[in-house]
Amino acid sequence: MLEEKTSNDAGLHILIVDQNVMRAAILEDGLREAGYRRVTVVRDMQNLMRRIVDNDPDVIFIDLENPNRDVLEQMFQVSRSVRRPIAMFVDRSDTDMIAAAVDAGVGAYVVDGLKKERIKAVLDMAVSRFNAFSKLRDELERARAALDERKLVERAKGILMTSKGMSEEAAYALLRKAAMNENRRISEVAQSVVTAARLLK
Amino acid sequence: MISSGVVVVGFIPLLDCAPLVAAVEKGFANDEGIDLTLVRETSWANIRDRVVVGHFDAAHMLGPMTLASTLGIGHLQVPMVAPLSLGLGGNAITVSLPLWQQMERAGAAGGADPLVQGNALRHVVADRQLSRRPPLTFAMVYPFSCHNYELRYWLSAVGIDPDRDVRLVVLPPPLLVDALREGQIDGFCVGEPWSSLAVSVGVGSIVTPTTAIWHLSPEKVLGCRREWAGRFPERTAALVRAIHRAAEWCEQPSHHEELAHLLSEPKYVGAPAHILLRGLSGSLTLAPGSEARHIENFYVPSRHAATFPWVSHALWFYSQMVRWGQAEFSDRDVEAVRATYRPDLYRAALAPLDVNLPHDDFRAEASPDGFFDGRPFDPARLREYAASP
Repeated sequence: MLEEKTSNDAGLHILIVDQNVMRAAILEDGLREAGYRRVTVVRDMQNLMRRIVDNDPDVIFIDLENPNRDVLEQMFQVSRSVRRPIAMFVDRSDTDMIAAAVDAGVGAYVVDGLKKERIKAVLDMAVSRFNAFSKLRDELERARAALDERKLVERAKGILMTSKGMSEEAAYALLRKAAMNENRRISEVAQSVVTAARLLK
Repeated sequence: MISSGVVVVGFIPLLDCAPLVAAVEKGFANDEGIDLTLVRETSWANIRDRVVVGHFDAAHMLGPMTLASTLGIGHLQVPMVAPLSLGLGGNAITVSLPLWQQMERAGAAGGADPLVQGNALRHVVADRQLSRRPPLTFAMVYPFSCHNYELRYWLSAVGIDPDRDVRLVVLPPPLLVDALREGQIDGFCVGEPWSSLAVSVGVGSIVTPTTAIWHLSPEKVLGCRREWAGRFPERTAALVRAIHRAAEWCEQPSHHEELAHLLSEPKYVGAPAHILLRGLSGSLTLAPGSEARHIENFYVPSRHAATFPWVSHALWFYSQMVRWGQAEFSDRDVEAVRATYRPDLYRAALAPLDVNLPHDDFRAEASPDGFFDGRPFDPARLREYAASP
């Protein structure tokens, strides 16, 4: 049963329009792992229409940060070169699917007439991969922030070492003590030191 | 004041989000007990979808968008209401400098009326057809927009078929100036500050403000789901009051400088304040290096009943949807369109303010306040109007 469904859907043409290389790759991988063989990623907005005509997709995904979403929708409205009119879900009962997609940050367009069950699996995949990407991005963001904080503390230590003739350990101990006394984070204290040093220069 | 709670409103970075920004920054929302949160969006499709799924309680919407959602054209059918208009005018049609030079040779002149400019453009279009060059490409920002209909109205009134003689494409505002510079498009119709930006960086010339095509023409509205407005009547009314009062503040010339600075912040429009000031004050530089020119009623946030949601405006938009093949005329659709613009909600919301309000929900558009070609629009004769070519 499951196999039959997979072989049936493996032929779906899926087009991904995303300027974020990493996110597009994450989605593409997920779709390929799930057995979808005909997946195309488009980054170049200039020839978007050409690519859509050439690829003749059944499903199109576009990231919601992309201002070209409005361009894409207009193409569906006016173009006679696209095989069938493509519409976002036009059924009242699709609201939940749209909500999940919008929450994840992905817009989906589906060729008119495609069965809803076939769409759901692909859309679920896109939603979960977009969510996975957001999580990854948050983690990267936190890692970068941590790195920035470490650099700030290093600079503050350097300033204390030159201006007060302290050792590195003593400078760090001083920062930590100030942070504890003022109930602030050590990076905040470090920032104050760096700012103060700049003002006093 | 008892708090009416948090209201999340989406907007697109354009000059006419000004009343929303002023409602937050100048405390009008607070005065009405609303914790107004504005969220900047990148596309009209996102605005529509995030209102539909409830991320946004309301949004800065193109007037015709609310109708398209109510009618279910191009997307899911979700009944919307527009209890307030976000001002009049603010748009312009701008062309590339090469096209402007060709138009000048054919009789166009800086600041001339749309008929003169349009006739010149028709000559250029005809010349291109004779020499078998590809048609000119004009961009607008969304299929269900005032920009699309104003551009089409102007072109067809001067004898240019917008579907055959030129190409019309959609491009998001932030990409317009670059596309014009690189020759991907020959012109566009868009809200400020984009025309003034094109002029200031020396890639475009303003052909006409669209208020010269339709005097006191409508633009954005505050749009929300009918279901939301029904569930939170007091919150809706408070929001309408706050934005109405903010729009009055935006109208005052003495506030334009401060408003331009507020709007110039990256979290709002993010364009230079001196460029935003051009649209706010109606003092536009039409071509690179030329003197600024005062355009009467270029952008009107509050005067002339600018915040009133005229049902006749909705009906005119619908007539253009029918005219350009986006919808088929039906009496049922007309009823749905009429039920989308809600002067009753507007009046109820503003009743405590003791301001003068229009008594009618409809306004016939005739010269000198109507369209540049003198064609009258009588909402009572909608079917005939929509059917005439």
